[in-house]
Amino acid sequence: MKVTGLIIAVLAGALLIYATVDFPPWGDPKSPASLHVSPHYIEKTIEETAVPNMVTSVLADYRGYDTMYETTVIFSAGVACFLLLRIFRRKESAERLYRHVLTGVTIRLREGKLPPSDDFERIDTAWTPHDLIIKTMCRLLVPFIQLFALYVIAHGHHSPGGGFQGGVMLGASVIVLAMSQDLRTAVRRLREKVDALLCATGVFIYAGTGALCLLLGANFLDYSALAPLLHVDPIMARSHGIFIVEIGVGIAVMATMIWIYCNVSSRGEYDEGL
Amino acid sequence: MIWQLDLAILTLVVIVGIGAITVKDLLGAAIMFGAYSFMMCLLWSIMGAVDVAFTEASVGAGVSTVFFVAAVFRTTRRTKD
Repeated sequence: MKVTGLIIAVLAGALLIYATVDFPPWGDPKSPASLHVSPHYIEKTIEETAVPNMVTSVLADYRGYDTMYETTVIFSAGVACFLLLRIFRRKESAERLYRHVLTGVTIRLREGKLPPSDDFERIDTAWTPHDLIIKTMCRLLVPFIQLFALYVIAHGHHSPGGGFQGGVMLGASVIVLAMSQDLRTAVRRLREKVDALLCATGVFIYAGTGALCLLLGANFLDYSALAPLLHVDPIMARSHGIFIVEIGVGIAVMATMIWIYCNVSSRGEYDEGL
Repeated sequence: MIWQLDLAILTLVVIVGIGAITVKDLLGAAIMFGAYSFMMCLLWSIMGAVDVAFTEASVGAGVSTVFFVAAVFRTTRRTKD
């Protein structure tokens, strides 16, 4: 069986490599792709959308449908992870373990719970001590990661970046928090329901912008129709429309990354995590 | 584009890719995938596709490695086959 699989893999790989010979060479000015579409984007992007980074304008404006469905795919991935992994325990055991942070004394409550405070943290039976250096460094780094992520989203018009990358980094900042402390700390800052709502909100912002253009009498995702609402000329309206859409992508991607991480790292139980 | 650098990174991509599917330790395979993504990110930036390189670095080398490690941590570390 293994030999058959190997033969099939080698044959398919050889066929693919053989087929790549027919591709136009890298950077060939006479290849079909750079004869019709690319010159239009390269020459007309500034005129038509007022966005200096043409990758952003192609992604979010000329090929807006693609990015919308990419965002939907990410959203579906988050929902699929949630549906597969999340466990809603009917009866949580009444016993709770708390650890006094300064002295390390663990107490067990038969029932009830302590009011939230900085002195006691709730732990599980599988608790392992946290490393002080990693904890402190991550706490210091998180705001800078988030600031850079916001910069990446906002500056996507002028430099590489945009909603997708910025959203991943925003999500990563919360994941770093969840890894260095524990999952409960991160979930306390961003509740599961809020996270799921944000996830859907991002997709809604994208699709809603498109639908708004439709309502204003233009094509779906033709942002120039937003000009009367934004009080700018149609070209700047396309630029602003791209920005609105990027924010939607950023929110959706951020929330989905956190959602997937929470479900995978705690096997859907939302306990202590990694 | 420096072809020596290009060739060296391409070789590393192939080596790391083969390593990721042959290694028995799944945590090692996750790290191999991270290295693979990073090499691909370098390749994208050599070819001038900076946006794609950025995405590859943040999604491929960053978050997906975390997902793999989390999944390995919650299941088993050794493969059955």
